[in-house]
Amino acid sequence: MTNPTSPAPLTDKQSQVRERIAQRLGSRHRKETMFRLMGIMSVTFGVLVVLVLFTDIIGKGHGAFVQSAIELEVDYDPQVLGIDSVSPETLALANFDAVIRRALQARFPDAVGRNNRRALFSLVSSSAPYELQQQLQENPQLLGQKQILWFTADDDVDTYVKLFADNKRGHFERLSEQKVAWIQQLLDSGELKKRFNTTFFTNGDSREPEQAGIRAALVGSLLTLLVTLALSFPIGVSAAIYLEEFAPKNRWTDIIEVNINNLAAVPSIVFGLLGLAIFINFFQLPRSAPLVGGLVLTLMTLPTIIISSRAALKAVPPSIREAALGMGASRMQTVLHHVLPLAMPGMLTGAIIGMAQALGETAPLLMVGMVAFIVDVPGSITDPSTVLPVQIFLWADSPERAFVERTSAAIMVLLSVLILMNTSAVWLRKKLERRW
Amino acid sequence: MQTSTLFALLLLLTLVAYGSGFSRALGAARKGGGVRNLASLPNYYGMHTALWCGLPALLLLGVWLVCDDSIIRALVLGRIAERPDTLAGQHLLYTQIQNLAAGSLIGQPTPELQAAAAYLLSLRNGGQILQTVLVLILSVGFGSYALLRIRPEFRAREQVEKVLRKLLLACACAAILTTVGILLSVLFESLRFFRQIPVTEFLFGLHWSPQMALRADQVGSSGAFGAVPLFTGTLMVSAIAMLVAVPIGLMSAIYLAEYASRRVRALAKPVLEILAGIPTVVYGFFAALTVAPFVRDTAAAMGIAASSESALAAGLVMGVMIIPFVSSLSDDVINAVPQSLRDGALGLGSTKSETIRKVVFPAALPGIVGGVLLAVSRAIGETMIVVMAAGLAANLTANPLQSVTTVTVQIVTLLVGDQEFDSPKTLAAFALGLMLFLSTLILNFIALHVVKKYREQYD
Repeated sequence: MTNPTSPAPLTDKQSQVRERIAQRLGSRHRKETMFRLMGIMSVTFGVLVVLVLFTDIIGKGHGAFVQSAIELEVDYDPQVLGIDSVSPETLALANFDAVIRRALQARFPDAVGRNNRRALFSLVSSSAPYELQQQLQENPQLLGQKQILWFTADDDVDTYVKLFADNKRGHFERLSEQKVAWIQQLLDSGELKKRFNTTFFTNGDSREPEQAGIRAALVGSLLTLLVTLALSFPIGVSAAIYLEEFAPKNRWTDIIEVNINNLAAVPSIVFGLLGLAIFINFFQLPRSAPLVGGLVLTLMTLPTIIISSRAALKAVPPSIREAALGMGASRMQTVLHHVLPLAMPGMLTGAIIGMAQALGETAPLLMVGMVAFIVDVPGSITDPSTVLPVQIFLWADSPERAFVERTSAAIMVLLSVLILMNTSAVWLRKKLERRW
Repeated sequence: MQTSTLFALLLLLTLVAYGSGFSRALGAARKGGGVRNLASLPNYYGMHTALWCGLPALLLLGVWLVCDDSIIRALVLGRIAERPDTLAGQHLLYTQIQNLAAGSLIGQPTPELQAAAAYLLSLRNGGQILQTVLVLILSVGFGSYALLRIRPEFRAREQVEKVLRKLLLACACAAILTTVGILLSVLFESLRFFRQIPVTEFLFGLHWSPQMALRADQVGSSGAFGAVPLFTGTLMVSAIAMLVAVPIGLMSAIYLAEYASRRVRALAKPVLEILAGIPTVVYGFFAALTVAPFVRDTAAAMGIAASSESALAAGLVMGVMIIPFVSSLSDDVINAVPQSLRDGALGLGSTKSETIRKVVFPAALPGIVGGVLLAVSRAIGETMIVVMAAGLAANLTANPLQSVTTVTVQIVTLLVGDQEFDSPKTLAAFALGLMLFLSTLILNFIALHVVKKYREQYD
């Protein structure tokens, strides 16, 4: 019996090798830890960037969901208004501006002098007369009476209230000391409050930040996406069916496949050039319209949809096809009646992801003129309109500080829609996907 | 009749055609002794009739919609004796005539313009009537022809499937049409550009200032189209982006594939994929308002002057955008490396990192190179981040803290706003687009080739 614990004696050479291995072991393990650490750092970096990005945007944008409003007692004095009855014609001519001014002066009698008064009148937004006009239009019996109303505050006032008033840090260079004093007075007496910003969801674009909203852009995005979906899904699925189920293996099919793969990686702005040169310049379709934007995005998302639809068709096991063919179904019947319904969940997932991609796309839409300044909500796919990402781009360029807040808020809306779309795609896949 | 009503009517006719085809087939079958005498199921006879009724008319309607504006325009402009030579002038004239016809022209029109507007209106009305009549005749005519062809021995299913197959093929060709469309549009306009500006000046010129002089004596608007500063700017921003994206993307892919526990992977992977789903305009906003000031202030704190729109800020953010792209592509290829290779290396006593660096990585290298090339083509074509954060000044510089401009930025600035399709300023954008398309095409081609070749090795 040999003793297993005592190994055979080592030769010189062997012990030298062992020693060298033992010596290098420390540095090898250090390298191993370093390598691992680099991996951890890379992943952490990625996660950190996501966190920074989201906190940055939410931090900048959450304020836009509230809007400062100023409480004023207005007097619908027929003499000041310059009207004696309420009708659409008289309302259009009535001097609501003067009513607001009077109300402000009544609140702050100490404002005397031209400059002081001008500063006082700029506390409320330039939309205040329209708010008042609407009030009177809805309740004509108010003429000659007094009413307490909340008016949207000017964007500078709003910015001051949100950023400076609470912690009294620093001084906002766009407001005079006098104005700040008024604002503090209003704040202390509860006549200036932050309220939910409905304007942001009901208005179109505006040069005044406090009147700007995302409604027009949202509707524009919706119309554009509808055009994109209506075109790209049927065409994409048909193309995938042809390539996967019917195409003969020849040169022609190869060319189509290489083409699709290449199109998937062509920069989106090139599709914008195509839209400009062909749809607008050659076919004379209307500029800035969701129709053209949708056409361009269709061409852009087609490769994505074709590729994901093909993957879904590939995932259907051949036994299904063989069974259908064996029962005497034609190839078209096999595909339309059996393979397609089974592949549909995967195709829908691909379509949602493609639509999410189209929803976030900006550059090609700039090319086809969807950067116009749009105040009205578009009513059809040929009306001039803009889309949410382009609206973000436009606002990001605006110098007013209050637009930074609105841009971030619009980004929050866009991101939440995108997250909703992507999670629903994941949910759909989990719910409907069949494992064979 | 309005086109939309006509379209609705056409759909209705098609439905009627389906119904009558269906019932006629049933009627024909009853005479012969039941449905089993029909060569195809009755609904195929319905579909056959519907296809004949709807398709030709729909095709005509489509072609009409595409062509009628251009034809009317050519006819109207042909009536006017003194046409302007330039495209822009013609466009202006036609817009005037259109406004006059719509009754919204301000000012006093000349009698010739009025005649043209009247002609335009009569053409439009006539065209509308002709369109309605032709579409309806086509639809009813072909529909009844198909209806009359129904016999029990008529093989309707084969006919329908033949048409369906052609339709599927047509959809598959949409991809080719798109490529041809892209090529034609950029090539055609680029050729017009190169007729005015020599190719060599465009490719090798060092000065870019596309503003054309409106008057001959204007200062500082000479119109120089040397694109080298744009190419270097694009390359610099892309290089910075790749310096960020490749190491981080690759390392996180390796870590997630080889080291991370199941739970970490399930958490970290979706978070990284969020980065891929964020729209580029959001990255642009982040770059312009958060990263660029940060870069500027940091540089200033170190005593270096930095522009507020630096290539570095744009490149960094673009790199972040590309991280998930690199990491998911390399994840795929790393996972495709057979486990036996890893087991072999580990069995010989190498540590995990040695296995990865010396065995897995070389085996996955072709795939990773392909992925990186695809990422480069994305960086070159990325638009919004650079538009918002990189600036417009065409500086020829190697300093990443200075503002540079890129090909995509210039395309956007040249084309947003008014365009004149006969000035080199607008056409230059298409020449830049051609460069962009060709370079990304070549990169994609090489990348796909490399990836494909690699995949064949282990499958």
